[in-house]
Amino acid sequence: MTIGFLVLATLTVAGALGAMFFRNLVHCALCLVPTFAGLAALFLQLNAEFVGFVQILVYVGAVAILIVFAILLTRGSEPPASAAVRHSAWWGLWVAVVAFVIMAGTILSSLIMSVAELAKPVPTIRRIGDQLMQDYVLPLEVIGLLLTAALIGAVVIAMQEEPKKNGS
Amino acid sequence: MTDRLDQIFVLGKQWLLGQLQGWGLLPADFVPLVSALFSIIFIVVVFAGLFAITTVIERKGLGRIQNRLGPNRVGLPPPFPQLRLAGFGQFIADGIKALIKEDIVPRAADRVVHFLAPVALVVPVLLAYSVLPFGRNMTPIELEAGLLFFFAVGAATELSLFMAGWSSRNKYSLLGAMRAVAQMISYEIPLVLSSLTVVMMVGSLSLPQIVAAQDHYTGTLAHWHIFKPWGFAGCILFLIAALAESNRSPFDLPEAESEIIAGYFVEYSGFKFALFFLGEYLGLFAVSGLGVTLFLGGWTAPFSWLTWIPSWLWFFFKLCALIAVFIWIRGTVPRLRADQLMGLAWKFMLPMALWNIVVAAAWHFTHQAGWHLIVRWLFCAALLVGPYLIFGRAFEAKVGKRTYRYAP
Repeated sequence: MTIGFLVLATLTVAGALGAMFFRNLVHCALCLVPTFAGLAALFLQLNAEFVGFVQILVYVGAVAILIVFAILLTRGSEPPASAAVRHSAWWGLWVAVVAFVIMAGTILSSLIMSVAELAKPVPTIRRIGDQLMQDYVLPLEVIGLLLTAALIGAVVIAMQEEPKKNGS
Repeated sequence: MTDRLDQIFVLGKQWLLGQLQGWGLLPADFVPLVSALFSIIFIVVVFAGLFAITTVIERKGLGRIQNRLGPNRVGLPPPFPQLRLAGFGQFIADGIKALIKEDIVPRAADRVVHFLAPVALVVPVLLAYSVLPFGRNMTPIELEAGLLFFFAVGAATELSLFMAGWSSRNKYSLLGAMRAVAQMISYEIPLVLSSLTVVMMVGSLSLPQIVAAQDHYTGTLAHWHIFKPWGFAGCILFLIAALAESNRSPFDLPEAESEIIAGYFVEYSGFKFALFFLGEYLGLFAVSGLGVTLFLGGWTAPFSWLTWIPSWLWFFFKLCALIAVFIWIRGTVPRLRADQLMGLAWKFMLPMALWNIVVAAAWHFTHQAGWHLIVRWLFCAALLVGPYLIFGRAFEAKVGKRTYRYAP
């Protein structure tokens, strides 16, 4: 529990809380950016350089902008008329407590907590590349197919309809 | 002697740290922090100074291209106003003007986001400088994934454009911001893919290692990546994508005065506008620095009989050469329309960048197969020329004879 971890965790949680409680949807989306950045910094603190930088590249650089565009292109850009917290907050609290208990129990009883501190593997990116191309090549190709399907689906949805030539 | 000149900044920093420790002002735990602080101060001073000089040189250069003189009256501030210095004091005047202008925020604007947008532009751009190798042993932070860090931080700047455009509560602002963000996202893909060929051939994401891979000389010519066919195509793709990423002419549709009245920063005045301007130019310098590192050999000399010139001076020359090329392009090429701009990115540069990866692989495998250098070069160049002509003509959606329309 170093001071660095506490600062980063506070930043991440504060960003997430801001994303929940702000009224203006674009403010909520922009509040997610410190959350993503805090997560990336936590990855970097764990010496996972590649994942940390890719988190910034993908989440802050692309997903945040995607969320913001989605908010703008739908109707949610005006501030809502009523308060954000409804009377169903108690149910939400229960669900959050149950989810937290399950996740905390799983993490605390998992292998990671019982193993002593691992030595840092030296050329991490080369190892990631090797693993991707040798052990995990099939999941890599499946993910590629999935992304291609998503891309084609997005283009099909966004494509304008051909105007019909002969009426009807 | 030349070695000491080459390492003069490194030696200077070590001397300064040693002096501070000797005077007892610097506990041993803080040495990496203060060392990084010196690097930061150096980067900010040098590149902000370069920004100031570049604004004047750009205006003079554009003026000369357009057959007029640029700024030539502002020299030193009073008490020496008669020393005109050929107009090179213009940046002092511009800086003072930007600082003392009234900071107007529209009444309906979102004040916090409006304030944070210029900050969100300048901070990631300054972060990007920390992985560039400015000279031999002169990388501020040596990261194993340096190139990935650079692109990650560059991607974070797109958010600031959107913040600027949206928080101004101005239709034209938002429109300009949408266009600018779409442009930046589209051109990021050719930017990353063209640098992927370099990573593939060098085998490392670390920028000092990429420069070290170009530090060999056959005969007198250096092994710069631009001298190889895939590197030449990659460099051109990279530079075009870099121009588009910095929203610079001919890709400045989102912020051109005659198009959308400065687009996403129309509601910014005074110092915030100066920060946007600074952030844009610093971004241009950073990505030019990356282009120099990836394709032009970083701090290495082009010929082996020129290695006596210090490495940081070579980096600076190459950076200035790229900036001069960008200013030249700005003064020469007309602006692209929004659909032409997006079409260029998706229909031409993306397929060319993907094909460039194939050509780089062909270069590698013909090397392994033992072909002669000239044959390999001609083979890979031929592999590049065909698709260039096909993609270049086909993206007009008509592969055929060009028709010209003239006014009657």
